[in-house]
Amino acid sequence: MALSDKDRIFTNLYGTKPWNLAAARMRGDWDGTAGIIQKGRDWIVNEMKESGLRGRGGAGFPTGMKWSFMPKATDGRPCYLVVNADESEPGTCKDRDIIRHDPHKLIEGCLIAGSAMGASAGYIYIRGEYAYEAKILQAAIDEAYDAGLLGKNAAGSGYDYELYLHRGAGAYICGEETALIESLEGKKGMPRMKPPFPAAVGLYGCPTTVNNVETIAVAPTILRRGASWFAGFGRAKNSGTKIFCLQGHVNKPCNVEEEMSMPLRELIDRHAGGVRGGWDNLLAVIPGGSSTPMIPKSVCDDVLMDFDALREHKTGLGTAGVIVMDKSTDLIKAIQRLSAFYKHESCGQCTPCREGMGWVNRVMLRMVEGRAEIAEIDVLEQVTRQIEGHTICALADGGVWPVQGLIRHFRPLMEERIAAYKAAHTAMAAE
Amino acid sequence: MSDEPTSFAFDAEAEAAIAKIIPRYPEGKQASAVIPLLYQVQYQMGRQTGSAWVPRIAMDVVAERLGMAPIRVYEVASFYFMFNLKKMGRYHLQVCGTTPCWLRGSDEVLRACRDAGGLKGYGDSSADGLFTLSEVECMGACVNAPMLCIDEDYHEDLNYERTVALIEALKRGERPAPGSSIGRQTSAPEGGPIVLVEG
Repeated sequence: MALSDKDRIFTNLYGTKPWNLAAARMRGDWDGTAGIIQKGRDWIVNEMKESGLRGRGGAGFPTGMKWSFMPKATDGRPCYLVVNADESEPGTCKDRDIIRHDPHKLIEGCLIAGSAMGASAGYIYIRGEYAYEAKILQAAIDEAYDAGLLGKNAAGSGYDYELYLHRGAGAYICGEETALIESLEGKKGMPRMKPPFPAAVGLYGCPTTVNNVETIAVAPTILRRGASWFAGFGRAKNSGTKIFCLQGHVNKPCNVEEEMSMPLRELIDRHAGGVRGGWDNLLAVIPGGSSTPMIPKSVCDDVLMDFDALREHKTGLGTAGVIVMDKSTDLIKAIQRLSAFYKHESCGQCTPCREGMGWVNRVMLRMVEGRAEIAEIDVLEQVTRQIEGHTICALADGGVWPVQGLIRHFRPLMEERIAAYKAAHTAMAAE
Repeated sequence: MSDEPTSFAFDAEAEAAIAKIIPRYPEGKQASAVIPLLYQVQYQMGRQTGSAWVPRIAMDVVAERLGMAPIRVYEVASFYFMFNLKKMGRYHLQVCGTTPCWLRGSDEVLRACRDAGGLKGYGDSSADGLFTLSEVECMGACVNAPMLCIDEDYHEDLNYERTVALIEALKRGERPAPGSSIGRQTSAPEGGPIVLVEG
């Protein structure tokens, strides 16, 4: 079942209407905010749990549970909500639309989520490249302050809450929550060891929850329309609506908010005008941003777009950045370019990542040419297993998963490439 | 480093911005403002010299202003990719070359930048001082790929010809409007939205 417009949360996804406060109120934002906050943090957290919302930043951790980890009583330290607007996962451009076209959904969400975790202030960390989006978001925050929706007695709720915007400066690693906190403190974005988790020791050493933009921005609508409304979409434990970024070799790339658990094929055919050259011209799809391993057409034929269905195929929903590749694609090159990305973005703190991402990229560059031995495919696979799980953060995991996905599904292609290179060069040598 | 200026002081425009930035962070946590202040340096250099970069002496000014050891500012300035640590062309042409853009033809965008900008390749600056060419990693405009970021402006849905046209416009001293080069409504499908069309 496709989502109908009345059930879409982001009704200004494409920016056909103004982003400002007056227009946002017309869309239903900031309606009864004080009442929601006054129902108290336990009610809010429980509703979020009931809604089944799982974090929209990639990991899919249950949001209500995450909020409940924040300390109930203060020990004198302030608590913070930090919103991760560092959207940098290749294939992902959904938070950008929320920020530039519906910033008040995010701002209202910050206040409500902040109140539910006892936070006195929130910081939105936006990637530096989103300069235009940052200007809009700052203007929207200023509007909210001027209207009494932030600051002392925010929105007439009796709750005091400050909200600030902070711009990053181009570093994928700052999308990792502890690297983001380090960066916000004015340091290099290098992830911290966990524990302690941010809910105990986060920003400035204080209890902190880091949530993705989309996660926070959907919260007010969920609380207004009810947990059961949101939970009514998608399969059990995969509930809700979601913004998908449909791109690559489709006829009409676009962002769209759809129901979770829609079949991948229906999503592409209905919203993105189908695969270029028709469904049978499909080769593979990276379903959830660059870190999620690709799936071949045979899986794409009937897989559902949700956390659990994709997990069964050893991949993931991630950020729902759907990268479609048709039969003209050099898949080895497509994945090598991702290896180059992770090499570029490794912060250099952990040896397996710092050295490993460069090594993987160098081997992948040879695999693109076929200038390798067939046995090296196994070596490559084994080294990725040595890297995976042996670093402080998940960047290296995300860096090796695409390579593992390539080997899992397209090993014959790699072998052919190697054989072709050998044939060409033996022929040359014989001449 | 012959391009290094001998002194740096924030101008009035930068000071006005800084006055808004510093109070965002708690007392004693002013180091948080290091990235925002480095942006102010880079913007000011762009305004004053036509080359937006962060000279070493300006990092020292930032360090002093925020009560940080200079090395802490240097390491931040060198860690984050958006700070230019050497003199730049007037316009910074940034081609996104990550897989989503590559699948949609970013190699053509690069070729257009080379041809029209008089640039040898990534890292090069044109002889006339107008352009510096960089490859950047995913800019988060994937459903509008391929894209070219000119300074801070996203130009989307590009091909070879339209990229050349952008660069020719810059040479004429024009500033092309950012956004989709084929008139798409932001991230909606080509031809217009097929959802959210009621009311």
